[in-house]
Amino acid sequence: MIKFFLMVNKQGQTRLSRYYEHVEINKRTMLEAEVVKTCLSRSKDQCSFIEYKDFKLVYRQYAALFIVVGINETENEMAVYELIHNFVEVLDKYFSRVIMFNLDRVHIILDEMVLNGCIVETNRNRILAPLLVLDKVAES
Amino acid sequence: MPAPIRLRELIRTIRTARTQAEEREMIQKECAAIRSSFREEDNTYRCRNVAKLLYMHMLGYPAHFGQLECLKLIASQKFTDKRIGYLGAMLLLDERQDVHLLMTNCIKNDLNHSTQYVQGLALCTLGCMGSSEMCRDLAGEVEKLLKTSNSYLRKKAALCAVHVIRKVPELMEMFLPATKNLLNEKNHGVLHTSVVLLTEMCERSPDMLAHFRKVRKLSSSQLVPQLVRILKNLIMSGYSPEHDVSGISDPFLQVRILRLLRILGRNDDDSSEAMNDILAQVATNTETSKNVGNAILYETVLTIMDIKSESGLRVLAINILGRFLLNNDKNIRYVALTSLLKTVQTDHNAVQRHRSTIVDCLKDLDVSIKRRAMELSFALVNGNNVRGMMKELLYFLDSCEPEFKADCASGIFLAAEKYAPSKRWHIDTIMRVLTTAGSYVRDDAVPNLIQLITNSVEMHAYTVQRLYKAILGDYSQQPLVQVASWCIGEYGDLLVSGQCEEEEPIQVTEDEVLDILESILISNMSASVTRGYALTAIMKLSTRFTCTVNRIKKVVSIYGSSIDVELQQRAVEYNALFKKYDHMRPALLERMPVMEKVTTNGPTEIVQTNGETEPAVLETKPPPSGLQPASQANDLLDLLGGSDITPVIPTAPTSKPASAGGELLDLLGDLNLTGSPVSAPAPQTGQPPFLLDGLSSQPLFNDIAAGIPSITAYNKNGLKIDFTFERSNTNPSVTVITIQASNSTELDMTDFVFQAAVPKTFQLQLLSPSSSVIPAFNSGTITQVIKVLNPQKQQLRMRIKLTYNHKGSAMQDLAEVNNFPPQSWQ
Repeated sequence: MIKFFLMVNKQGQTRLSRYYEHVEINKRTMLEAEVVKTCLSRSKDQCSFIEYKDFKLVYRQYAALFIVVGINETENEMAVYELIHNFVEVLDKYFSRVIMFNLDRVHIILDEMVLNGCIVETNRNRILAPLLVLDKVAES
Repeated sequence: MPAPIRLRELIRTIRTARTQAEEREMIQKECAAIRSSFREEDNTYRCRNVAKLLYMHMLGYPAHFGQLECLKLIASQKFTDKRIGYLGAMLLLDERQDVHLLMTNCIKNDLNHSTQYVQGLALCTLGCMGSSEMCRDLAGEVEKLLKTSNSYLRKKAALCAVHVIRKVPELMEMFLPATKNLLNEKNHGVLHTSVVLLTEMCERSPDMLAHFRKVRKLSSSQLVPQLVRILKNLIMSGYSPEHDVSGISDPFLQVRILRLLRILGRNDDDSSEAMNDILAQVATNTETSKNVGNAILYETVLTIMDIKSESGLRVLAINILGRFLLNNDKNIRYVALTSLLKTVQTDHNAVQRHRSTIVDCLKDLDVSIKRRAMELSFALVNGNNVRGMMKELLYFLDSCEPEFKADCASGIFLAAEKYAPSKRWHIDTIMRVLTTAGSYVRDDAVPNLIQLITNSVEMHAYTVQRLYKAILGDYSQQPLVQVASWCIGEYGDLLVSGQCEEEEPIQVTEDEVLDILESILISNMSASVTRGYALTAIMKLSTRFTCTVNRIKKVVSIYGSSIDVELQQRAVEYNALFKKYDHMRPALLERMPVMEKVTTNGPTEIVQTNGETEPAVLETKPPPSGLQPASQANDLLDLLGGSDITPVIPTAPTSKPASAGGELLDLLGDLNLTGSPVSAPAPQTGQPPFLLDGLSSQPLFNDIAAGIPSITAYNKNGLKIDFTFERSNTNPSVTVITIQASNSTELDMTDFVFQAAVPKTFQLQLLSPSSSVIPAFNSGTITQVIKVLNPQKQQLRMRIKLTYNHKGSAMQDLAEVNNFPPQSWQ
């Protein structure tokens, strides 16, 4: 089960955070800071899976952005690694320009892909369908 | 009031903030604006405000005042409002807030909405944060949606059902009929989520698992064949652009199905058989050049290892792992090491083949890989490869990060203990560990080492010489210094006399030795425990060395006024030894006897000290059972003759089982009474209860189990023996039996000896009896304590042998005690 999904930039600022189990607010900031520190300090040719406290972190770097996913032991780490890439491809298709100004849309995309810690949909077109509807409604 | 700014403006502004304080200011200003806007009940911009609030929440600022607004948004009819409202609900609300219950009605209505997207939203929110009350109320709706033909809704309903089952397990049966048709879908999203639902059901309830495994001859809806069919289609079908990821179609679904197959096949032969072919197919056909393929292979290997697969398949799996190990990608190597660790217990030989690769991974730069490789290396050490592996592991210990050193050191000790080819090698290895990672070694390693050294009698000279050389240069590593000082104290005479066959003897004078010990005492780096060791060692040397006794006396008396209470106590007692009890000193400070360790790594190690007590002091009060334990053991063996019973040598009264530390005072106080000097003296005070075996420290007698009935074990010829029981709460496999022997005849029974034997699975320790004479007419009793270690909780049985003199003749009897109450051994 996926515990959380984070997008962090190189300076350590959180761009997106989604938790699938309850974590107190002050603990969240601490957790994010620690996680980011661990990921940032690793070099390029090191393993993408880190053991952190009692769960695992899977992270992937895209230019200045890190995507970190926390999973428990039952998940296949490499499948989650692919999921991250899938997510980025979906974002790429939808957002022609810079992502970060439309945070709510990114949340919506994430919701279509992951529900309560489990993967729901991985097909790009089907994920984006509700969003296109939303856009049409918003325009009109 | 002007229209509130859009979310993206807010984000842009916040990004321009250069300091934390600036950011906080902006956010506070915006929060104030949002709050006044909420108060105005402005419908048009509410959604924008809530979106901004969510962003600020993500940055870590409190946003609870937006919760009610989310509810209002959810209740609105516009899709955009609903969207943000539900998103806000998922992010801001959870079970702990009472507000979430207000959502139940809205969600119920939305679950029946005409638009599928709204229904989807409701399902999503319910699935993420529904509380158990909400789930109970809405489970029916979810189940209905699970059966619709709309695949968009079906997949969300399936995951929502997973959440419901997690919250309210009793509702699982409700979803069972709906699952029948789930796997007939073509839509991969639905397939994926249905597999998740089935997985959740199988994991939660063994009944469900049995239900799904059942082979129903006529119906075509048997689960395992269905899954196998789907998987086959996925692999065999050609390129399908919809689900393709790097050339493999829908790897996510494949991985999920493999995982469900794993759960179904675990411990079940029929299911496992049905899966064998497809697993072999997946394993051989999947392309391994990309990460995707490797992900599928990884899941396949895990599945093969878990189910009851045939051996050919298992070999295939291990070979795949071996291939992974050689791969350059770190992720894959990590994954391979993890899986090998899981399988090393069952398929040990197969994993051994890859040993050299694993050992190479020890040198990898990556922390996760190093840790895994270290654990796996320890699992792979066996009698044949111990020398080579140990060399590699010692090299690793030298160069690894501090967080590993403690684990590595304990691992090396364990492995060395189990597989040491020779004593010298063992001692060398331990010394190497102590010198390289001395400060990371665990505390219990010190007594273990000391015990090991005493046992290797022929190596004493060599050991003490090496230890001496090691601390000459540097005495900052506490465990090393502790062991070294203990050894020097014990074997100082060997060191000074310069006899050593194994290595070149070095010339050491007594003064040099004392110099070192004194500097340890003075040094700031020494811990209090280490100083205790050093002081005791100096004291012991007073009997071993000949010309420096005065110096030792001086040192000891200095510490009589030390600030450290422990040191002071010791010094004072040693002083007393010099002054008042000088005649006792040689006997007290004699060499320690060889200790035999009965169990290794047990939480309670019962140490049976052979009765090699120093005869000198014993003559004052010879204990009845200790004098010639060897011959008595033979007698017992002859008489008992049973093959499954191991006779136990009752311990000599050496262990007056006092607690560690400070019992020297007891010793001095009770010297006239017990005359049992040997294991009590000085050296023990420095060591944790290991030598006195954890059983003998007080806590055992403090936890008395609530009334275990006592039994009469023997009653014949006027001699009655009663057993009373105590169980320790701290160690439930130990039973303490107190025997009371009473004599109802008119003449005393003298020279009474009680011996006992138990089956091999038990361990027994007899402590010294209170006396050897049972007075007549029940006017007094002999009490003796027996401790039984019963780790396997088997029924207690005992054979006892009694010998005594009565009416001028020697009597002897054997009996078996079987009537132990169940509470004494369960």
